[in-house]
Amino acid sequence: MDVLANLALGFGVALTLKNLAYCFLGVLLGTLIGVLPGVGPLVTIAMLLPITFGLDPVSSLIMLAGIFYGAQYGGSTTAILVNMPGEVSSAVTAIDGYQMARQGRAGPALAAAAISSFTAGIVSTLIVAFFGPLVGKWALEFGAAEYFSLMLMGLVFSAVLAHGDMVKSLAMVAVGLLLGLVGTDVTSGLPRFSFGVPELLDGVGFTVVAVGLFAVAEIVQNLARKDGVEVFAKDVKNLMPTAADLKAIAAPTARGTALGSFFGALPGVTASVAAFSAYMLEKKIAKDPSRFGHGAIEGVAAPEAANNAAAQTHFIPTLTLGIPATAVMALMLGALSMQGIQPGPQVMTSKPELFWGLVASMFVGNVLLLLLNLPLVGVWARLTQVPYRWLFPAILVFAALGNYSLNNSAMDVYLCAGIGLLGYVFAKLECPPAPLILGYVLGPLLEENLRRALLMAEGSFGVFVQRPISLVFLGVTALLLVAMVVPALRRGRERAVEDA
Amino acid sequence: MKAGLLSNRDVLAGLLFIAIGAGSLAVSSSYAFGTVQQMGPGFFPRVLGVIIAGLGAMTLAKGLRSGEAVEGAWGWAPLAILTVALVAFGWLMEHVGMLPSVAVLTLVGARAGREFRWGEALVLAVVMMALTWAIFVAGLGLPYPLVAFAFGG
Repeated sequence: MDVLANLALGFGVALTLKNLAYCFLGVLLGTLIGVLPGVGPLVTIAMLLPITFGLDPVSSLIMLAGIFYGAQYGGSTTAILVNMPGEVSSAVTAIDGYQMARQGRAGPALAAAAISSFTAGIVSTLIVAFFGPLVGKWALEFGAAEYFSLMLMGLVFSAVLAHGDMVKSLAMVAVGLLLGLVGTDVTSGLPRFSFGVPELLDGVGFTVVAVGLFAVAEIVQNLARKDGVEVFAKDVKNLMPTAADLKAIAAPTARGTALGSFFGALPGVTASVAAFSAYMLEKKIAKDPSRFGHGAIEGVAAPEAANNAAAQTHFIPTLTLGIPATAVMALMLGALSMQGIQPGPQVMTSKPELFWGLVASMFVGNVLLLLLNLPLVGVWARLTQVPYRWLFPAILVFAALGNYSLNNSAMDVYLCAGIGLLGYVFAKLECPPAPLILGYVLGPLLEENLRRALLMAEGSFGVFVQRPISLVFLGVTALLLVAMVVPALRRGRERAVEDA
Repeated sequence: MKAGLLSNRDVLAGLLFIAIGAGSLAVSSSYAFGTVQQMGPGFFPRVLGVIIAGLGAMTLAKGLRSGEAVEGAWGWAPLAILTVALVAFGWLMEHVGMLPSVAVLTLVGARAGREFRWGEALVLAVVMMALTWAIFVAGLGLPYPLVAFAFGG
């Protein structure tokens, strides 16, 4: 294993003019859209997905990753200036970031976010480069039974760590799995749940689900909500942090990066868990914990670092195992499958340019993000003031036309409207959408591996506990479920999730 | 005070899950179940159906016990408007070309907002037509007629 040679290969791919341009375009578009209030990374990616499908797989993934970093950073900007975090993980940033903005320290807050994100991004990308291949090599030994148990563990993790009620989250996973089964069954050739609709023979399109669930349902939620926020965009003139600021954020950034990198590599653990843990850690070890919540710069730097580190190391389980940790990673995985690539341990050997090109583009993307944000922060700040009544029809148009364009199919738009409707009802009933999309992406794989494992074991469920790796995955899953049922622990989790 | 059944969050969620699970069972009952060794196409959907319905029943029971109400009002009006706008867009794309479809989606969709101003919405529609033309037709090269009349065809 020669990481340096592989990285050289990766940079060879990422630094071609074409891929550099797509990375830049991705980061720019991601930031531009992600910074708009009420538009989180999920909506941004779901909306821009169709545009990337025309590219070759490597460029498309590089651009998507760029969109993702951009949207994340944009989301932090909105969290700090408008106190309107686009996603759960930047909600932690908003706690102290918005307070800093209210005290006229929006510049240092944004700088702290940018610098800690950048540092975390670079360090955690190195972690991906070193550990990704190790995990991949290990996973090559996995058979169907191991994969089934691993996916089950990832899905249960994602449900347990999602916001709110665990039973409902698990049910959402199962609904997602079911949705993933729509279409022609690979083994028997039988069309399932297609109700005689020819467009459904290939299943419900991936962008249809993503856009319906994350763009349409989200818009309705925003429109039905009353809001009045004070925007602190005018105070942002320059981002240059003082030496004292830099000193204050150095250690929290390092700690946040470490926590985030660790959490991100576990399948099913979201960046918000990492961000929240980092925030709590800083608060606990601070000399004066009462400053937190009132504009402590450490409270911006640590969760931002954790958030970004986790966002990068999420790629380890996603690319090497084919198990997405979060809804965003599910979108990445879905995009890859649409390109005809089945992520898994084979990707690293069969398509080294894809894996290493992406890793190299993470470095490039983080540098571009920093270069883009320092001078343009004034522009981004003004963008946070765009009223939502202009934004949502635009999102709607791009979402609908993007969906239509993939198969030139009106049915896809109708389905998207239907999924949006269902998604809104689920959201009102506090059934989280992220487990659903994870289930949807993994549904066919889970069934396939279950079928293969049982076939090879001649119908004995014992295979899942006789193979040691599979047993460990199932054991951890069982342990987690039991832990959640024990009341004392459950209360702790509820408190933790609520605060985040 | 406990919420009425129709505004009880977990009762509604539980019923929805039970309906989905039962639906899955009903539809997949015609698919071959196979054996454990040779899973048929009906195996996984039926197992899932039972799991979803079971978790739904647990949610329903929790709702009856705790009685927590759905938070905030339902946004039926924006939901209905957006759904209509999307369906209209899909249909129009196949009959009148891209630009009128985009205009209709923008104008109808914008009405879902709390504030609606004709002037703004018209400007927005024009901007969206220009943008979608630039990105999807000029940029991505998709062969959509800008304006067409293909009724009954």
